[in-house]
Amino acid sequence: MQVPAPFAYARASSVDHALDLLAQYGPEARVLAGGHSLIPMMKLRLAAPEALIDINDLTDLSYIRVEGDGPAAGVLAIGAMTRHAELLASTVAGQHFPIFHDAERVIADPIVRNRGTVGGSLCQADPSEDLAAVFAALRASAVIRGPAGTRTVPIREFHRGPYETVVGPDELLIELRVPLPPPGEASGSAYEKVERRAGDWPVAAAGAVLRLARDPGDPPDAPPRVVEAGIGLTAVGAAHYVAAQAEEFLRGKPATEEHFVEAGQIASAECNPSADQRGPVDYKRHLAGELTVRALRRAAARAREVAA
Amino acid sequence: MTMRITVTVNGVEQTREVEPRLLLTHFLRDELGLTGTHWGCDTSNCGTCVVWLEGTPVKSCTVLAVQADGRSVRTVEGLETDAGLDPVQQGFVECHGLQCGFCTPGMLMTARWLLDHNPDPSEQEIREAISGQLCRCTGYENIVRAIRWAAEHPAGSVTAESAEPAAEQPTVPAQATPADAAVEEVRA
Repeated sequence: MQVPAPFAYARASSVDHALDLLAQYGPEARVLAGGHSLIPMMKLRLAAPEALIDINDLTDLSYIRVEGDGPAAGVLAIGAMTRHAELLASTVAGQHFPIFHDAERVIADPIVRNRGTVGGSLCQADPSEDLAAVFAALRASAVIRGPAGTRTVPIREFHRGPYETVVGPDELLIELRVPLPPPGEASGSAYEKVERRAGDWPVAAAGAVLRLARDPGDPPDAPPRVVEAGIGLTAVGAAHYVAAQAEEFLRGKPATEEHFVEAGQIASAECNPSADQRGPVDYKRHLAGELTVRALRRAAARAREVAA
Repeated sequence: MTMRITVTVNGVEQTREVEPRLLLTHFLRDELGLTGTHWGCDTSNCGTCVVWLEGTPVKSCTVLAVQADGRSVRTVEGLETDAGLDPVQQGFVECHGLQCGFCTPGMLMTARWLLDHNPDPSEQEIREAISGQLCRCTGYENIVRAIRWAAEHPAGSVTAESAEPAAEQPTVPAQATPADAAVEEVRA
């Protein structure tokens, strides 16, 4: 029987109340969101916080909505307490970024997804976290509130290392913001994951986000060019869950199979996997490259569908 | 240090003093004696501990009892009504949806939730819904059939239908065995 070490429990009734409780209990307190990573770690005594601040009553942090309209591109705002099941069921999220639905379908199982949250997954900062690669590929930003007010951090600067983020012990992640592509561009996104069995953490996974546009100087039958590429990798030791060199390689190039394959080779070389029970280094490198290619291919196909 | 919590379990308010580290599954089993909810892998994988928390299926080995304070919980004991077994329970009976029965409580709670939200699920949708739950003896075929049976026999039609011969179950002998006949004799 797995029993956590003793701790104090307090339930927050608002974001401000949660911040007060975090200040009161100090740095040995942990925020309890969905709890489906934290509670198992506590049961295994890998984590032994002195107090849990339960934020499950903060239903005002559970939303998925598009903000801003008019000629400028808007933002998809996702509240930190949005459950995985809600993100998977969200039409607006899937419509703008199918990568969310690709990833959520393979995160744990339906019952766990009823409980686990988007913000909790990111703050847990597991080096194999699927959503970390998804938000990195999307170049999202994280809205963090603390005693000094609210600050916004690019998600590519959010993770400081395994199980460590920039969220301070007296702060709370409250929202993720994903920029919508500018009008006039075709965009697509996709997520590809290899796991040992259904619902498991990835052996490796890759997310791709492509913004494509035609160059006026190109012949009419030429493939569109990559305006911007986002490539997220997880479980393979990629810095900030990003394949930055592969992204840089694609920028400005025609969106072709040859370039995607080359980007996959670059991603495979630039990540830094570790051997463990899920596989040796060379296998994980192979997966990182191959899954990058597949994600790019599918993202490009979706961008063409949108443009058609 | 303990906390006083009140949880409405299957419609009945239950108040207990518990440690914050007590898991909901142990609260139900050890504090309330509701041992229908099983305690399996302890790692949120197997799903035999699934109960409803505020109407949503959760793995109760990964929820603290204090998190259920002021909330409603529904367990497998809350499925049967005065009118009889819930159709999902009857479906497991009709279609041989269990052998050892260890995974059954979680399967039933997920099945009931699925049918409440999708009264006519496809086989694929049923398989997806129970994909976070493990069965290690019956296999999933009969569980899927049992949930389909429940979809085809919504509440109210259970008693009449269950009296029909089991024509669609080739694994069940159509004819009474000598043992059955003996039971009938004894009853007579």
